[in-house]
Amino acid sequence: MEYFLQQLINGITLGSIYGLIAIGYTMVYGIIGMINFAHGEIFMIGSFIALTVFLALAAIGVTFLPLVLLLMVIVAMVCTAAWGWTIERVAYRPLRGSFRLAPLITAIGMSIFLQNFVQITQGARVKPLPPQIQGGLILMNNPNGIVVQISWMQIIIIAMTIVLMAGFSLLISKTSLGRQQRACEQDRKMASLLGVNVDRTISLTFVIGASLAAVAGMMYLLYYGVIDFYIGFIAGVKAFTAAVLGGIGSLPGAMLGGLAIGLIETFWSGYFSVEYKDVAAFSILAIVLIFMPSGLLGRPEVEKV
Amino acid sequence: MSAAQSILLASEPLLAIRGVETFYGKIQALRGVDVEVHRGEIVTLIGANGAGKSTLMMTICGNPQARAGQIVYNGKDITHLPTHDIMSMSIAQSPEGRRVFPRMTVMENLQMGAILEDDKHFEDDLKRVFTLFPRLKERRGQRGGTLSGGEQQMLAIGRALMSRPKLLLLDEPSLGLAPLVVKQIFEVIRELNANEGLTVFLVEQNAFHALRLAHRGYVMVNGAITMAGTGRELLAREEVRSAYLEGGAH
Ligand SMILES: Nc1ncnc2c1ncn2[C@@H]1O[C@H](COP(=O)(O)OP(=O)(O)OP(=O)(O)O)[C@@H](O)[C@H]1O
Ligand SMILES: [Mg+2]
Repeated sequence: MEYFLQQLINGITLGSIYGLIAIGYTMVYGIIGMINFAHGEIFMIGSFIALTVFLALAAIGVTFLPLVLLLMVIVAMVCTAAWGWTIERVAYRPLRGSFRLAPLITAIGMSIFLQNFVQITQGARVKPLPPQIQGGLILMNNPNGIVVQISWMQIIIIAMTIVLMAGFSLLISKTSLGRQQRACEQDRKMASLLGVNVDRTISLTFVIGASLAAVAGMMYLLYYGVIDFYIGFIAGVKAFTAAVLGGIGSLPGAMLGGLAIGLIETFWSGYFSVEYKDVAAFSILAIVLIFMPSGLLGRPEVEKV
Repeated sequence: MSAAQSILLASEPLLAIRGVETFYGKIQALRGVDVEVHRGEIVTLIGANGAGKSTLMMTICGNPQARAGQIVYNGKDITHLPTHDIMSMSIAQSPEGRRVFPRMTVMENLQMGAILEDDKHFEDDLKRVFTLFPRLKERRGQRGGTLSGGEQQMLAIGRALMSRPKLLLLDEPSLGLAPLVVKQIFEVIRELNANEGLTVFLVEQNAFHALRLAHRGYVMVNGAITMAGTGRELLAREEVRSAYLEGGAH
């Protein structure tokens, strides 16, 4: 029981990170129908920017942790958003309206390019960050010495994810900006006939997705303490799986899928073997897709319009 | 603005389409179309399936853009402007097929219609649309995709009105609707024109009703205008009657 609880906490933490990345996949797919394979790299760049900010602040002697974290998250979100915007602008927009596979191929190229770019400019070795936030809450401490603990870091990650997702859901469901985003998703031509600047809305989608991924990147950095140029690939594949599992194009689906993948992975590692945790996640995806081809919360392709 | 200028502006058509040619890839859909719509007019465009009527409506809105010719609206050349800029000049279109956002509520669809308009008008404009189409008020929380065809058409027109247009483009508002609903929609168009001076450019299959409603009309065949005149003149012409009104006059 204690072990189960501990795994649950770890799984939710990991799932939060996946969920934040998955939103970027699902939003971009929703609005332009492409899988942005470079989105994992956006997450990776976010973590590198967060690390750079940390090191820069340390170099000038700023060590007050709340301030450091705040600056890290702000700078990482803004700069990563700029990356997301630029990538869409230079690599995807010129290809809009060309054949369907073109943006997909470019996205893969962009993903490889970004990996190599970071590898060259930052080095191929892993970058460590000493643990910043230690300790936690002991939830259960039974006489046999089994401890269930939630670390402060985990609390921060889960809380931050809840806040971001709540804010983001409100943005999409209640604001004019969110309505324009959804309108472009449902009928771009009609949206433009109502005066929506579709290109700008698509840019905005990349910007939002990238800034959420940046937060995920920063949390990954703080949680695991090491990053390298390759983390985007693995986390990206997982988050993409999460988006598909939840139903690609569905925002609640991305959140749910992220959580599901995080939990599956953690429980599999906890109860079976660490080696096959990815196989487990992908197998569950395959099984779900057999019975629910459009994912857990995706909408069926056929619909009355 | 000097008096001379404003007189000039008033005598100029609100919308002037001159020699417009539009292509889909290599296929030419419009062949030198000339159409004028003056302030306060209802002008209708009739023609067979595939004549190019919807293409003209969309070309006015810049999607696709005309490859040759010129479109002047309110004294400004809008031929090469992007769609969202054209629509911000008080033009609204209720397009072919209605294009209601299926996964948005009636209310959200109407809000989408108002994105170019100042928020402070919103309540008034909403009230106006609900007065014109009381049905929409009842259905305000329902998703667009689950509305009936007639309700969707009302929503599409209502949504277009939410931007307070000077020029309303309507592409086949009667398509697939019961005669009673068609009558209701045409009545709304007539009222808006008579009471508020709204200028309307209307594409219709239902030529008889359209020509009776409109001040003037154009007939399009194969991407070119072949006839023009007042609604009554066109209704009286044998070519029009035989081609577009057979069995349609009731
Ligand atoms: N997106 C497109 N790509 C290629 N050809 C098109 C496209 N849209 C329309 N066309 C062609 O252009 C011509 C004019 O079409 P348009 O839709 O303007 O006709 P219409 O007069 O509105 O007909 P209807 O009364 O059936 O609505 C047709 O031959 C049509 O096949
Ligand atoms: Mg048409």
